[in-house]
Amino acid sequence: MATRRLVLTTALLGALAAGPAVAQTPGVTATEIKIGQTMPYSGPASAYGTIGKVESAFFAMINDKGGINGRKVNLISLDDGYSPPKTVEQIRRLVEQDQVLMIFQSLGTPSNTAIHKYMNAKKVPQLFVATGATKWGDPEHFPWTMGWQPSYQTESHIYAKYLLQTKPDAKIGILYQNDDYGKDYVKGLKDGLGDKAAKMIVSEVSYEVTDPTIDSQIVTLKGSGADVFFNVTTPKFAAQAIRKAYDIDWHPLHLLNNVSNSTGGVLEPAGLERSVGLVSAAYFKDPADPQYAQEPGMQEWVAFMKKYYPDGNLADGFNVYGYLVSQTLAQVLKQCGNDLSRENVMRQAASLNMSLPLLFDGIKITTSPTDFHPIKQMRLEKFDGKRWVPFGEAVTG
Amino acid sequence: MANTTIGRSAPATLAAAPWRIVAGVLLFAGAIALPFGLSDYQAFQVTLALSYAIAVLGLNMLTGFSGQISLGHGAFYAIGAYTTAILMDRYDWPYWATLPVAGADCLIIGFLFGLPALRLEGLYLALATLALAVATPQLLKANALEDWTGGVQGITILKPDPPAFLPIDADRWLYFFTLAVAALMFLLAWNILRGRIGRALRAIRDHALAAEAMGINLATYKAWVFGVSAMFTGVAGALSAIAVQFVGPDSFDVFLSIRLLTGMVVGGLGSITGAIWGALFIEYVPNIADQISKAAPWAIYGIFLIGFMYAMPTGVAGGLRLLARRLIGRRPPSNG
Repeated sequence: MATRRLVLTTALLGALAAGPAVAQTPGVTATEIKIGQTMPYSGPASAYGTIGKVESAFFAMINDKGGINGRKVNLISLDDGYSPPKTVEQIRRLVEQDQVLMIFQSLGTPSNTAIHKYMNAKKVPQLFVATGATKWGDPEHFPWTMGWQPSYQTESHIYAKYLLQTKPDAKIGILYQNDDYGKDYVKGLKDGLGDKAAKMIVSEVSYEVTDPTIDSQIVTLKGSGADVFFNVTTPKFAAQAIRKAYDIDWHPLHLLNNVSNSTGGVLEPAGLERSVGLVSAAYFKDPADPQYAQEPGMQEWVAFMKKYYPDGNLADGFNVYGYLVSQTLAQVLKQCGNDLSRENVMRQAASLNMSLPLLFDGIKITTSPTDFHPIKQMRLEKFDGKRWVPFGEAVTG
Repeated sequence: MANTTIGRSAPATLAAAPWRIVAGVLLFAGAIALPFGLSDYQAFQVTLALSYAIAVLGLNMLTGFSGQISLGHGAFYAIGAYTTAILMDRYDWPYWATLPVAGADCLIIGFLFGLPALRLEGLYLALATLALAVATPQLLKANALEDWTGGVQGITILKPDPPAFLPIDADRWLYFFTLAVAALMFLLAWNILRGRIGRALRAIRDHALAAEAMGINLATYKAWVFGVSAMFTGVAGALSAIAVQFVGPDSFDVFLSIRLLTGMVVGGLGSITGAIWGALFIEYVPNIADQISKAAPWAIYGIFLIGFMYAMPTGVAGGLRLLARRLIGRRPPSNG
């Protein structure tokens, strides 16, 4: 009798001792890592939905190859229609009901703003958010949130450096969209120019997303005598601006923000002959550009697209973007090894040092406990009438 | 138009009183027990659905009962939500104290908007209100209001704690709080609609000229019902802001107004209980559609919508009533 009790007690103690070790982080089992995201598959921003699809396809490929450290990655991607209340609801479902390890690449500045405090209160990683706002890299106040792409301010810093080096006497005219995106760019340029900003910027005009045209703004800018045009506009307005400036015979050094430097989406509608000489910045290779078609990295991507996402558009940069971010996450999970606690996920995400074939040469993904901006470099490029030609080295903003 | 509970309310209520009371008690008990069977997240979803129900009810008073179409109720939802968020965030008001202000705000704005707009008939009114819905996100972003509204960044508010003496967590407390407000609003709506005012509104809907001939002051009634309807929607917006803990211009786009309208029609025009069905449709059908297809969630949503309208042309409330009559064995009533 006494022996039996002893055995039982030992077993019980053993179970208790083993308990914490067995009860792992939510979303992680011996065979699976569960992660979640929200994407605007419906609603006004549904053009971005392809990012979620290419990311799901990427992890399907990883799982076919045996997963990461023997675990399959299960990405649950939910529609939020670009509506913040829906994002909150879906994220709560992912965290509380589906018990995901982390949120990965949720898209949109308003949507991520709505869950920012929640994620950090719950101490669930909010990794590589799909927005260019600058506020995502703030490890001191939000240690569970990290951006990925170069922030708008980073890009502006790069233009500022370029101007200070090549055109220190520039007279800059700025056209920007009147919202957080536009203001972020303008702030970045002013910070980058430092105390010369007040002298160099001769005119600043804005427009609302709902304006039908921006013709009068372009005329104002020309009238200000500016010889550099910093064009911070979304695609429709960027095309209008390029066209109008050319038509009223204004030929400044035209800096076009990365948001609108798509050849097919902006320059062709504006007219390729009007776009000659445009300067922009980029960090990954454009899949529509034939000069990269023979590179092994690009061919690997094309093969992946054909097998795992055959409906995807091979000329759409978003599909390269989603692929690159997924590669970054795969690296984080690989580095985690068998310690897939949320703390370790953040530790590993904050100790990256890698390059990827589809990023421009010289551009690296680096993070540290105090640096939550994985990509800080971009390359300047100039449009020659057919394609963007990169020039100079990768620049840190 | 197939008419509704309200049309035959007085005699029916008396005749059916016993089982109605039983049903009411069961419903109440179920509503109390519900959150304890749900996860935090599901309790949050039901809380949101309750706030939609109040909004749909408000819209239904305007459209279902008095026949004025509004495509702009998302604007009042936004005003209610922002009133609460600003009072909580900038002025440290307790969450519960913001609701009457949100309601009053919308009542006044709705009434003032209603005075001129309701001289427009039918589709013209729909367009005027659509303008309201389209303008709202931009007004919320406007620089002049940025100190209050937070501009494009919106406002993040803190989740209210449950009272210390209750052994429940924040999500469940919020559910009960919302449930209590919803019960109050439904009671209020029922009181308004079952009597003289309700009859006047239906008369305006069915034949405005005849209603006027019988001494109903069209302009006053229309403006008031617009205001009251806006007030309901504003309170709903306030409750949703507390639950979501965030308001931003993108939360209140023109689709919100259309979703409310859709929910109202699906639930049942001119039916008080229809508001609950409509709210469930607004809250859950997009999730189901997303589960079925990532490629075309809206197409699936559309199929659901067509399916509902085909199977239950008088809305879920109307369909259920018809079904109940069949089962009980009474003949379905003739229209009107």
